[in-house]
Amino acid sequence: MEQLPSTYFTTSPEWGWYITFYFFIGGIAGGSLFLGTLMQLFGRPEDRPIIGLSYIVAFVGAVISGILLILDLGRPERFWHMMLESETMQPMFKYWSPMSVGVWGLLLFGAFATLLAFGALYDSGRVRWGILRPLSHGPLGTILAILGATFGFFLAGYTGVLLAATNRPAWSDSPWLGVLFLFSAASTAAATLMLLGRRRGAPGTLAYLSNVDKAALVLELIALVVFLVTIGETIAIFFNLWGLLLVLGTVVAGILLPLAMGFGKVWRPRNRLVAVASLVLIGGFILRFTTIFASEQVESPSHVVEMP
Amino acid sequence: MMAEPMGFFTDTTVCIGCKACEVACKNWNQLPSREGGGGELSGFSYDNTVRLSGTTWRHVQFIEQFDEPYDAAGRWLLMSDVCKHCVQAGCLEVCPTGAIIRTEFDTVVIQSDVCNGCRDCIAACPFGVIDMNPVSGTAQKCTLCYDRMSVGLEPACSKACPTDSIQFGTISELRARADQRVAALHEQGRTEAYLYGADPNGHLGGLNAFFLLVDEPEVYGLPREPKLPSRNVASGSLLSTIGAAIMGLVGIVMLRHRRADEVAAEEGRGVAPPPPPASPPPPVH
Repeated sequence: MEQLPSTYFTTSPEWGWYITFYFFIGGIAGGSLFLGTLMQLFGRPEDRPIIGLSYIVAFVGAVISGILLILDLGRPERFWHMMLESETMQPMFKYWSPMSVGVWGLLLFGAFATLLAFGALYDSGRVRWGILRPLSHGPLGTILAILGATFGFFLAGYTGVLLAATNRPAWSDSPWLGVLFLFSAASTAAATLMLLGRRRGAPGTLAYLSNVDKAALVLELIALVVFLVTIGETIAIFFNLWGLLLVLGTVVAGILLPLAMGFGKVWRPRNRLVAVASLVLIGGFILRFTTIFASEQVESPSHVVEMP
Repeated sequence: MMAEPMGFFTDTTVCIGCKACEVACKNWNQLPSREGGGGELSGFSYDNTVRLSGTTWRHVQFIEQFDEPYDAAGRWLLMSDVCKHCVQAGCLEVCPTGAIIRTEFDTVVIQSDVCNGCRDCIAACPFGVIDMNPVSGTAQKCTLCYDRMSVGLEPACSKACPTDSIQFGTISELRARADQRVAALHEQGRTEAYLYGADPNGHLGGLNAFFLLVDEPEVYGLPREPKLPSRNVASGSLLSTIGAAIMGLVGIVMLRHRRADEVAAEEGRGVAPPPPPASPPPPVH
């Protein structure tokens, strides 16, 4: 018998659509918050509408992420077992388990995103409770933004580390999945903010987001190539329709095409902006979709019944 | 109090493929049927179970090594597969609820009333042992009959095994017995016999359920180099942190250079640049 990689002799966790969408939406949420923070700390007053939008995207994304994760469980009503030991009611935390760290990371991210979103609502004049003012102004607003961005980076990248901390083919054959997802989170977040903020955003803000997106796409492409090289012989799991979809959907449509189209002159006719940002989002989704499913369709050779 | 480490030694050379272990396990552990008990024929040798799962914690593999019909030179390989109760267990490492524990017998058990079905352990197990039990909605596997061991009984499968292919006992005793058996087989000229998972200095600190095999591990559906999922955590986290730093720096540098780019772009098109602010741009707050 030919010697197969050891990661082939494992069972798929069948993380399906809920987790695929979580990886995608969680990445956008995390990326949005850190882009918003960068603009809050180093930007200009004209960036404020998009800063507010980024915090609201982060908040909504965190809520959807939590719901998706709970729905994915075999026993959703026991989701809190990941936060409290069900017998002792002591905090449940294992720093060496990416899923355990991720639960707390998402929870804290959600808390900061909520506070920042409330600050943004006050800032935009839509909510007029004076008590919210410190959330978007002064030292407290700055501290919240920095801490939120830290957890945003975490949320953007840990999902790839979680897949690496298994024994499944390709996922666990390279440590590069985390950084790949992180760059993809940045590119999809910038695309989301451009798409949702194309009317209210100042030209300078949109131009900035498109530049960040270009850089993130280049980094993402590099990380993807390194990932595919470092998984070694398990790259064989992509020699099929999944690989074709990854190349056409993510590399061609989601990275190369947007870079070639160049996002246009983003503050004039915005059709191209919509097209390019949509392509980036589709490419980012297909990246999660194919990396998850291409590995999951690998069956342990001893589970495959061969008809004589 | 820590009892002595307990486990299984499965000698595949004396397995007769009777599946008594499978049935005894299903029966004692009250595991649900598949397909309402109606059964489903795999068409694969005498094996209709096909694999370990959340509802099958012992599985007898039938490996027919025959090249052609009526091939008298071929052979049967039979092996009763089970959770390996690894000394360094990948499932236990990743479990985010604490449902998976190391018992006083040095075995690995999933507490079904704690597990919430996140399935991280399924992906983490290097042997593909764990899977979901659709009835409980939790991940399940062999407990090495923790309930029976707690009252001094041996596990159901080894109790039922008619040829002592499955042997239960303390790890030290089982290892000594297994070494004797390998030596005896070597003496008979069966030099291909070897132990998989008996070496405490080997993969995963040794397996508390180890095997005597006579062919490559892959033939039995076993990985040659089972590893721990945590091997990628430090490197993956470090790379992601570096990636985050690069992304953050790129984001900051681009904000700083934004105005210069804008001015150049507008001038290039012959459009007047936006009037520069009278004073340096104020911080956002």
